[in-house]
Amino acid sequence: MSQSAWIEARNLRCERDDRCLFHNLSFTLNSGEILQVAGPNGAGKSTLLRILIGLSAGYEGGLSWMGQDMRAGRYDFLANTLYLGHQPGVKGAMTPEENLIWWQSRFSKAERNSVYAALEQVGLRGYEDIPSYHLSAGQQRRVALARLYLQPPKLWILDEPFTAIDKAGVTRLEQTIVEHAQRGGAVILTTHHELPQSVPVRTLTLGGAQ
Amino acid sequence: MISLSAAMLATFRRDLLLAYRAKGELLNPLMFFLIVSSLFPLAVSPDPEFLGSIAPGIIWVGALLATLLSLDLLFKADHDDGTLEQFLLMPQPLVFLVLSKILAHWCIAGLPLVIVAPLLGVMLGLPENAYFALMMSLLLGTPILSLLGAIGAGLTVGLKKGGMLLPLLILPLYIPVLIFGASAVQSAGQGMAINGHIAFLGAYLFFTLAVCPLATVAALKLSVAR
Repeated sequence: MSQSAWIEARNLRCERDDRCLFHNLSFTLNSGEILQVAGPNGAGKSTLLRILIGLSAGYEGGLSWMGQDMRAGRYDFLANTLYLGHQPGVKGAMTPEENLIWWQSRFSKAERNSVYAALEQVGLRGYEDIPSYHLSAGQQRRVALARLYLQPPKLWILDEPFTAIDKAGVTRLEQTIVEHAQRGGAVILTTHHELPQSVPVRTLTLGGAQ
Repeated sequence: MISLSAAMLATFRRDLLLAYRAKGELLNPLMFFLIVSSLFPLAVSPDPEFLGSIAPGIIWVGALLATLLSLDLLFKADHDDGTLEQFLLMPQPLVFLVLSKILAHWCIAGLPLVIVAPLLGVMLGLPENAYFALMMSLLLGTPILSLLGAIGAGLTVGLKKGGMLLPLLILPLYIPVLIFGASAVQSAGQGMAINGHIAFLGAYLFFTLAVCPLATVAALKLSVAR
């Protein structure tokens, strides 16, 4: 049996407010690949990611996960996918540790040690029991990014992951993304940040270039 | 590896923890309940006999309005900070996860009302033989209010000005609970059987338990998709 692509999109079309964001959009994503969705503001990058993850149903066309229709394979898809949206999805009233423990519960029993290790990776060791609303915007983003280090799922869908992250953090994150792809994972991301030449990235351009 | 019960438990604990951290919001519905009920003797009449006859209605209306006030706790904050998206992307069946959120909401908003209701009964001169009916009807009725309210909260969570819409959507569905709940207490006070009322509330509870989580999931997906 031939290996089917992790994600296959066929002739996606999306309209928003009577304006066609994209049409005839087809692409595949496989193990070991990094796909960058590029395009000007309002080109529909975030919308495309929300369609992929299943938060938005306003599209036509076909989407499949591992050769299976996305709707049929939804639970398997979600069990292998990590989505990071515009909002960090971090509860202000909970500490970073509590946030991550709840988040991890979807995949496995949360181990306090793995949560600590993940926080260490994003430079937040020592902040684990401070309520998250005391953290800066960048630190809250880092709490969200710490999910990448918790027994990571195979597929990462990252919407502007570099927002509010400092220079050192950006380098670290680039490295993490490349390592994830090298380990056989796949990443699809939107960013206006220039990824360095060393990052093997495929680009999908929306809007303007049609 | 992926365990539904662990995810349900983690979600339940998370909601209780968040409620505990925001104690002010937690106490609002309860305070409202106490204030409304304690104003009646001042405004209507302090005559115990008269108060006793309207006490079931006062307590039930108070409980219903207090629950209505607390429905915003259910999804609003989660929607605003993006955790609702992460919640909807959990790989476990959402119906059960939503159920554990509703259960947490009932523990936070409904259960305290049930616990203080007998105190209000004493204050309002509720007949002695009505207390069992009061507790039973509230124990069966308040979870129904949380379950039905979840649908409305899910539908209106994305709206900036959904303030008035939620009660309008939900109140018609609350009316049977109010009628049967209050009249169970009333009947018990007059020494009549309450089996019929309690049976109706029980049936309504099981019906809403089966239907509401499904409808809430659909409503949430709709709200998040914009």
